[in-house]
Amino acid sequence: MSQPAVEIPRPGGNRAKFIVGGLLIVAAIVYLIASSTQASAQYFLTVEELRARADEVRGREARISGAVLGDTIQYDPQSLQLSFEIAHVPGDNKEIEVQGGLAAVLHAAVNDPTRPRIKVVYHGVKPDLLRHEAQAIVTGKLGEDGVFYAEELLLKCPTKYEEALPEQAGN
Amino acid sequence: MVAEIGFGALIVAFVVSIYGIVAGIYGARRHAEPWLESGRRAMLLTWPLITLAVLCLVALLVGGHYEVQYVYNVTSSFMPLYLKVTALWGGQAGSLVFWSWLMAAFASAVTLRKWDRDREFLPWVIVVTLVTLAFFLGLVIFVENPFVRFWQMPDGRQAVAMFAPRGALPLVPMEGRGLNPLLRHPGMILHPPMLYLGFVSFVIPYAFGIAALVTGRTDDRWIRITRRWTLVAWLFLSLGLILGSRWAYDVLGWGGYWGWDPVEIAAFMPWLSGTAFLHSVMIQEKRGLFKRWNMILIILTYALVIFGTFLTRSGVLSSVHAFAQSAIGPLFFGFIAITFLGSLGLLLYRWNDLRSEGVMTSLLSREALFLLNNLLFMGVLVVCFWGVIYPLISEIITGQKVTVGPSYYERSTGPLFAALLLLMGIAPLSAWGHSTLKTLGRALWKPLVASVVIVVGLWVGGIRAWSALLAFWLVALVSLVTLYEYYRAVVARHRRTGENYLRALWNLAGRNRRRYGGYIIHLGVVLMALGIIGIELFQTETQGTVQPGGSLRLGNYTMLFQRLDVFDTQDGRNVARAVVSVFKGDRYVGELHPRRDFFYDSQQTMTIPGVRSTMEDDFYVLLVDWQSSAQGITFKVYHNPLVNWLWVGGLVFILGTLVAAWPDREAEPTRARATQSLAAQRVRP
Repeated sequence: MSQPAVEIPRPGGNRAKFIVGGLLIVAAIVYLIASSTQASAQYFLTVEELRARADEVRGREARISGAVLGDTIQYDPQSLQLSFEIAHVPGDNKEIEVQGGLAAVLHAAVNDPTRPRIKVVYHGVKPDLLRHEAQAIVTGKLGEDGVFYAEELLLKCPTKYEEALPEQAGN
Repeated sequence: MVAEIGFGALIVAFVVSIYGIVAGIYGARRHAEPWLESGRRAMLLTWPLITLAVLCLVALLVGGHYEVQYVYNVTSSFMPLYLKVTALWGGQAGSLVFWSWLMAAFASAVTLRKWDRDREFLPWVIVVTLVTLAFFLGLVIFVENPFVRFWQMPDGRQAVAMFAPRGALPLVPMEGRGLNPLLRHPGMILHPPMLYLGFVSFVIPYAFGIAALVTGRTDDRWIRITRRWTLVAWLFLSLGLILGSRWAYDVLGWGGYWGWDPVEIAAFMPWLSGTAFLHSVMIQEKRGLFKRWNMILIILTYALVIFGTFLTRSGVLSSVHAFAQSAIGPLFFGFIAITFLGSLGLLLYRWNDLRSEGVMTSLLSREALFLLNNLLFMGVLVVCFWGVIYPLISEIITGQKVTVGPSYYERSTGPLFAALLLLMGIAPLSAWGHSTLKTLGRALWKPLVASVVIVVGLWVGGIRAWSALLAFWLVALVSLVTLYEYYRAVVARHRRTGENYLRALWNLAGRNRRRYGGYIIHLGVVLMALGIIGIELFQTETQGTVQPGGSLRLGNYTMLFQRLDVFDTQDGRNVARAVVSVFKGDRYVGELHPRRDFFYDSQQTMTIPGVRSTMEDDFYVLLVDWQSSAQGITFKVYHNPLVNWLWVGGLVFILGTLVAAWPDREAEPTRARATQSLAAQRVRP
């Protein structure tokens, strides 16, 4: 970043001017980055981690992901109040691969009652992709009542993604 | 059979590229003409070979050969012909083939033209482009083969392979899964190729830069040769970004155009470094400064181009754009690391040859302001890069994955973009070599006063938000300065030559396309800024569930829900379409048809907004839910003031780039930049 300063060679007091000016700008940019990072950092957690570290994380921006449990979805279109539960899935891509890919992991998560679960509340329109075994990525804050209040809701459906084999096939 | 031919063509192209690399290096080291010529021919051969592979893949896509996995994944019989063809870049494997095809086309174009003129560089240009091409072909052949097929094994299992496993029978699905509906949009058909063209054409200036480093011809010759390539690359990249935004606005249904998604940023980063490069090469041409910096910028741009392709393809970051995860991530990472470190090594090797030829004296000189421009663009780039890799870094250091959202980018890039706008207003008025506050003030004061008058007018008109006032002031200042520059130059030319004003304008722009094209680009940016200010600072929204006959209000607008039609279409969609009347105040202004399309083949829905669009504002209605409630239908409504200026500005921007990149009337003079005296340089180009 300070590279151009190197390229201003030789005499006079000008060089100092350029270097000071350059440093000021660099400092301003660093400050901008640092303060914005601080202000908008979101913790990326699994449901398990969120449960385990509830006290620490409560009230702070967090982003969690989990498998949607179909029969817990409740939606009131009049008030646009949406709630559902998600079950823990591993956060690490490698771990997901090891366990047979996203679809398999999601399937296992919703069928395992021992997995940690959390209730998510969201105000807004119910997305189409919100269905059983979808992966929900929610951003928001953990409330005092242990419910996760989402401000943003992203969904991924494993069926949407390229799969190796066709479901219906004939010769 | 077609699949075998396509795959075979890819393999031959790969082998030919490897041969071309070897022949090029050997020929250049030994100054062996025949080897060089042979390397060049190898390079020219890659394009027809990959064209054959592309044609085979397109034939499979159009023919509905669902036994090919790629065809199965991205097409279905419901899709119209043009979508089947463009499904070529609708998935991972196909888009890598498409990338390679464009790369080969551009590389061939370089060697076909002016082979004799650029003799000393071209062997290395061939080597660099072929290395890049071979990497992508290798990915396609060994990891992401678009021609692999389904097989029924004798034991009843299903398998995916290029060639039939022993005893296996071909397995042909009855129907394909269809292209992701979100991609079935004109914007999405054009957006990836434009982006790829931009990516690919940045490889050419990089290749020339590397060639300059290898051969030691470190003057500005490589920059002059690639000036137009760089502009073309930049044009396509800009077009790709603008089309992508438009697509998001039309299709994604969140009322926005840019979401600071990692993959958007991945395409934006090479644009940033490329823009810095475009500006700073002018200083090298005019003043002989910043030679090392320009090398760094083009190396960085190349790395970011590959990184951008990598981010979209590897699934390393979760994003709406990313394709499924695949094994190509580490390979991409390795390739970037090797080429980046190799390039930096070469640069250090030539470090002393790249000394500046002059001194920068004045803080307000054109070159100093260009330097500031570069610092700011690099600042935005660092902001973006930090935001993208922050989750990875925080995970490595603290073991805790922490991400930053759009607010991070908005907060930190906002001031930098504002500073860039301000600079855009001042820099064109400063002179090369030397400028003082006095000379600058003389040129600036009229537009400055006029812009302040405009802001006062806005304040009187009721706008009180200081951020909006500041933004509008910047927009006014830059527009006025730019128009004033045009005006002054046209009047001067009119006086000197007696041409009428229009003719003077035409000739002026024709004589110095880069400069006056650049000004048009600046005007385009300003108009885009106007649209961005409108939607970022003044967007309002509401949502609600209404019965037929019911209405929703937003600001001055009222929408009256008339009825809902649900019907099937010929091309495999179930459409739910609302009919909505829009009133502005009490005046009826039109009917909108927000709708939801359900695609039977891919079992997905797509929300298409109904938009009443004027230069003043957009009234943007989404049909978000029509099934889950007996109480009516849920709509989401946005009011986006001024947003159309974003698209108008985009058109002006592209027009300006075309003007700047258009070939000059006479053959480009190849004179080297003589060591001009400072006094001579004060005369602006």
